Amino acid sequence: MSSIGTGYDLSVTTFSPDGRVFQVEYATKAVDNSGTIVGIKCKDGIVLGVEKLVTSKMMLEGSNRRIHSVHRHSGLAVAGLAADGRQIVSRAKSEAASYEKVYGEPISVKELADRVASYVHLCTLYWWLRPFGCGVILGGYDRDGPQLYMIEPSGVSYKYFGAALGKGRQAAKTEIEKLKLSELTCREGIVEVAKIIYGVHDEAKDKAFELELSWICDESNRQHQKVPNDLLEQAKAAAQAALEEMDAD
Amino acid sequence: MFRNQYDTDVTTWSPQGRLFQVEYAMEAVKQGSACVGLRSRTHAVLAAANKPASELSSYQRKVFRVAEHAGVALAGLTADGRVLSRFLRNECINHYFVYEAPLPVSRLALRLADKAQVCTQRSWKRPYGVGLLVAGLDESGAHLYYNCPSGNYFEYQAFAIGSRSQAAKTFLERRFEGYNDYTPEQLIKDALSAIKETLQGEKLTSSNCTVAIVGRKDDGTLEPFEMIDAKRIQEIIDSMEAVEEAPAEPSSMQEEERGSDAAPMDI
Amino acid sequence: MAWQQAMGSHAAGGSQAPPAAGGGETQRTQYPYVTGTSVIALKYKDGVIMACDTGASYGSTLRYKSVERIKAVGKHSLIGASGEFSDFQEILRYLDELTLSDHMWDDGNSLGPKEIHSYLTRVMYNRRNKFDPLWNSLVLGGVKKGPKGDEKYLGMVNMIGTHFEENHVATGFGNHLAIPILRAEWREDMTFEEAVKLVEKCLLVLLYRDRSSINKFQIAKITTEGSTIYPPYSLKTYWGFSHFENPAQGAVGSW
Repeated sequence: MSSIGTGYDLSVTTFSPDGRVFQVEYATKAVDNSGTIVGIKCKDGIVLGVEKLVTSKMMLEGSNRRIHSVHRHSGLAVAGLAADGRQIVSRAKSEAASYEKVYGEPISVKELADRVASYVHLCTLYWWLRPFGCGVILGGYDRDGPQLYMIEPSGVSYKYFGAALGKGRQAAKTEIEKLKLSELTCREGIVEVAKIIYGVHDEAKDKAFELELSWICDESNRQHQKVPNDLLEQAKAAAQAALEEMDAD
Repeated sequence: MFRNQYDTDVTTWSPQGRLFQVEYAMEAVKQGSACVGLRSRTHAVLAAANKPASELSSYQRKVFRVAEHAGVALAGLTADGRVLSRFLRNECINHYFVYEAPLPVSRLALRLADKAQVCTQRSWKRPYGVGLLVAGLDESGAHLYYNCPSGNYFEYQAFAIGSRSQAAKTFLERRFEGYNDYTPEQLIKDALSAIKETLQGEKLTSSNCTVAIVGRKDDGTLEPFEMIDAKRIQEIIDSMEAVEEAPAEPSSMQEEERGSDAAPMDI
Repeated sequence: MAWQQAMGSHAAGGSQAPPAAGGGETQRTQYPYVTGTSVIALKYKDGVIMACDTGASYGSTLRYKSVERIKAVGKHSLIGASGEFSDFQEILRYLDELTLSDHMWDDGNSLGPKEIHSYLTRVMYNRRNKFDPLWNSLVLGGVKKGPKGDEKYLGMVNMIGTHFEENHVATGFGNHLAIPILRAEWREDMTFEEAVKLVEKCLLVLLYRDRSSINKFQIAKITTEGSTIYPPYSLKTYWGFSHFENPAQGAVGSW
């Protein structure tokens, strides 16, 4: 890599001669090496899915969570360093809470995404901090309906129909593009997300993983919550079946 | 340039997206003597191997009570560990003051992890060089967490950290599936056996290990976090050795068999 | 000043200096404005029942007639409030934030009635020590599964932070008029119907004797199944007693 050894890549407050901030790019690498996370906007809500890599068989299911609620109506999935992700989650929670305290209504998804992005961006502005080693997908439901945002370590945030981060993001994005998101319900969406996560999982490199799924839709009362266990199991079974079918071909 | 330029500062990312200072801090955990933790549905047990720094000195305490319902065992820089256990004690007592209820173990571990994360993102700080096994009881039962310097934390059925902990881990991995239904006595025995694995042939006695337990009694009340006294530990060790010596030849076979058995080691 | 007359006994005697602008002087709450009257609550066989009227007075004027003074807190608790209504609304905001963040951890732990009561106790006592009290008497009831089975809880905390647990509680006027009835007739194993009857008896006594009560009541219950707050209803009253018709009769020395 040309950047190495030039001295322009050691601080987040240093630009390289061609106008890049290498430290931010390096932080992004940490996200690229993580388990895949996927978020899609269906016609009636949002589905978030995470391929959570499990390092030890003695670790318990549900530990080291990567999907968090940040308010009644919004949730956040983390790719990259989970510890950094929790910091973003705390900030998102307090932003959402303080907004509601001041304005007496829940924060809009756009406003929340903007505020979280500003916080992430803040860490790219000072030499004494480092950029977050994680990217997040933020899903929410407000008066304008369901919305999905992705925030990267650089602090940029865009609105998406479907987004993916982590190792399998390319493959996942290709799969998302094949979906008819405007006709898909969340119930169908969770199966699709499960299929994508199972599909991009590299069994040769990473042994075990756990599928984490959450949603925000009418069925969940427009609240962010874990997908109920029976539906999760169904989705897993469907994904497993689809995978075996692919292998058979 | 051969030297790694990216490993002297916590706030510097390497081109591969790694944080070397944090990784080095994780190494510090492996320097300390071993700790193990394991839990059933109702009880959690922590055990530590005590290693004096020299022949003339005492050993560093490695197991700390944090509250009535929780405690920690630590490996790595003990000084950092004491700072963190004081923090945990504070969190617990503050929570108890406000709610008159114990702080749930998951949230205790979370606060610890969040505190550790901050040290990985400030140029004037260094990550904590200590790994903690946090064991405790709350309304959802007994829990065991491992908190590491990176700010990550995981919940385990059983885990081991510190030097030569791999041997203990291998031991636990063979047996952890049955732990949910273990009695406190059985948990203690497995904790001792796991510690023994890390001693590399050194004899396990009550003077070179510490064991602590917390849990819920049959009547639903709390059995507070407490170190088990040396006399009782020695008795347990003796009884374990008696079992091991009894069948002369096929002991290794039996060891294997016990691993798959749900309720082994009943005497 | 008009409100001082309205507040009667609450108003601090003597002249009241207006807060000096920029003089570093501050003025704290010295009297409530809009107040609700008694709340009654008791444990019964399956849980806790709570009741109060839906009135709120502006001084001694019965200004608001359909305010809810009993609310659910989280999954396991009910809160009832007498005293300053705006302070109660503020407290509800605190509790909402508290239970939301508790809920979002989604880790199998949740705040029970005992914890909420303890929290409120701390808040109330803390504010009174700042000489800026939240002007309420709060009743907290609930049921939560514990290691020893379902645990019913009923407690109270007031504006100076005094707090206790009891099988039956009543705030304000109810403390004087309802408690004797409850002491005489309350049993641990009451059915819901019996509990409603007892509560209505107390409410009726209060309706007759407490000038700030109104004849529109709300009853709420909480069990392991969750909380139910019933719609408001009225009690049948009889005002035909001669003493009601001519209250001064026989009162020697009165006009």
